[in-house]
Amino acid sequence: MTATILPAQAPKRRRISIGAILGWAALILMLIITLLPLWWVIRTSFSTNRELYANPRNPLPVGFTFDNFARVLGQLDTSKAVAAGGSGQALNFWLYLRNSVIVSGIMVVGQLVFSSMAAYAFARLRFPLREQIFFLYIVALMVPGVVTLIPNFILIRSLNWLNTFQGIVAPSILMAPFAIFFLRQFFLGVNRELEEAAKLDGASLFGVFWRIILPLSVPPMATLGILTFIGTWNDYLWPLLIGKDESVRVLTVALGIFRSQTPQGAPDWGGLMAGTLLSIIPSVTLFLVLGRRVVNAIQFTGIK
Amino acid sequence: MTKSVEIVSAGRKQALPSWLQGWRSGEALLAWLFILPSMIGFITFYAVPAVRGVLISFTDWDLLSEPTFIGLANYEKLINDEQFWKALRTTAYYVLLNIPLQTVLAIGLAVAMHRLTKSALVRGLLVLPWLIPNVVVALLWLWMLDPQLGMINQILGVFGVQRLPFLGSPSQAMPSIAGINIWRHVGYTALLIFAGLQTIPIDISEAAAIDGAGEGRIFFQITLPLLRPVLVFVMVTSIIGSFQIFDTIAITTKGGPVDATRVIYWYVYEYAFSRFDMGYATTLAFALFLILLIVTIIQLRYFQADSSDLA
Repeated sequence: MTATILPAQAPKRRRISIGAILGWAALILMLIITLLPLWWVIRTSFSTNRELYANPRNPLPVGFTFDNFARVLGQLDTSKAVAAGGSGQALNFWLYLRNSVIVSGIMVVGQLVFSSMAAYAFARLRFPLREQIFFLYIVALMVPGVVTLIPNFILIRSLNWLNTFQGIVAPSILMAPFAIFFLRQFFLGVNRELEEAAKLDGASLFGVFWRIILPLSVPPMATLGILTFIGTWNDYLWPLLIGKDESVRVLTVALGIFRSQTPQGAPDWGGLMAGTLLSIIPSVTLFLVLGRRVVNAIQFTGIK
Repeated sequence: MTKSVEIVSAGRKQALPSWLQGWRSGEALLAWLFILPSMIGFITFYAVPAVRGVLISFTDWDLLSEPTFIGLANYEKLINDEQFWKALRTTAYYVLLNIPLQTVLAIGLAVAMHRLTKSALVRGLLVLPWLIPNVVVALLWLWMLDPQLGMINQILGVFGVQRLPFLGSPSQAMPSIAGINIWRHVGYTALLIFAGLQTIPIDISEAAAIDGAGEGRIFFQITLPLLRPVLVFVMVTSIIGSFQIFDTIAITTKGGPVDATRVIYWYVYEYAFSRFDMGYATTLAFALFLILLIVTIIQLRYFQADSSDLA
């Protein structure tokens, strides 16, 4: 193998090195374009609004301060905040963070439980109408959200579930077509001999699911959990329709409202960017801890 | 999407003999118990709402009083609704601004990563914007594109370019929103394509190189055709997503300035949740669904998505 390639390598290497320089230049440029706005958020959130207007070009924080964070977190009284050049509104950050954690947490746990059950039935159990039902689920996977958005809103409203957590999670927690499809694909690939051996040892079908399939499926379940968490955490329109009330308001909705309350002429950029930065932290932390897994999870969705 | 079709047909073969047998054992009972939660979810939040949506579109309903049946009046209104067709054109314009540039950039990035670095850090950093909520991305860019203080205008200022209004101008608002979403999605798309590139056996391009094919020829005649299944997946899903642009517009322009960014999803939202005209809003939603269906079918036909050259 190596012998046959050798003759071609000498002329090839020169061509690659020019391409490599261009390629690296493009990659580095893209990295800068990706990261520079994030730096600008950090820089702004540590600057006072007044200094921001005076020094718009300074790449470092101007008039370094923690007040924006204090204000967003409700630790600073209003008069001080107004004096600093902001609009003086607080963002009840901890409450919204708690709400986002509750909604995303329930969604991850619920989807994993219900989807793995359904996926196991579709992958391993024989029952009447199996393929027909699975086909319906695939259809559900392909229907865009806009079709069910309004009827689902009306349903939740008539259940009196507006401004409740169950209203926010209900439509996606029991039935998650992508999750079921994704896990079924994995379960189909699990070694059947292990299951047969367990059955010979007297394990029930439920025992096979609980003792064999689930323990073997920790990696894909983790992948799915991460994707579900990110998707739920980032969701905006549905929680906006269902959960505007403070008690269940999630971070994305809160930031949208915070933005619409900021004065048109002189927005409170320091405060807005502090809120922005704080709301990115959970996703970025997840990414720092599980970075490789997140990357693999995304790659996997493309070629499954 | 193509895979799902194969799987359904493959699965059917094993299932037919067991059509009635299953009930005798506890197997079928356990199976139904296991799919019961998802079945309840499917019926309650997919099947019934889809049918109910159709029914609502035949009514005039403001949520407060009882719905009144008005037959096809909403569909008649739709056809004569200049605003609807304008929203449709605005959405198509956005998709055209978004998808081609995003896809080309993503392919370029993916190839560069594939050839130059296997670093998970680089991939992770490029995909970072995708982890950030749409709402936060929109806020971030609202600040970046601020006419007075925004970083982009400051950079343009260094090069002596006049300040641009970006989101404040009818002609620049839509390109700005497309740019924002390209920023958020390009790394993610590149990652999907990168994963596809890794499934292509190296010996094919090596053989071509030995035969004297140049880099460009290898890319266009070997790599790109072999990538087709992944590219179709990426194109179909990103175009469907692009047609449903909402979050960014809801945070930045709210359909303005002068209706320049009033896309179809925003139009649906206005009718449903500002004007509370549920009948017409669901009619609009179905129109969007129909358009998505047609666009997807055309794409799958055009790209012959179900055949892979690698087989």
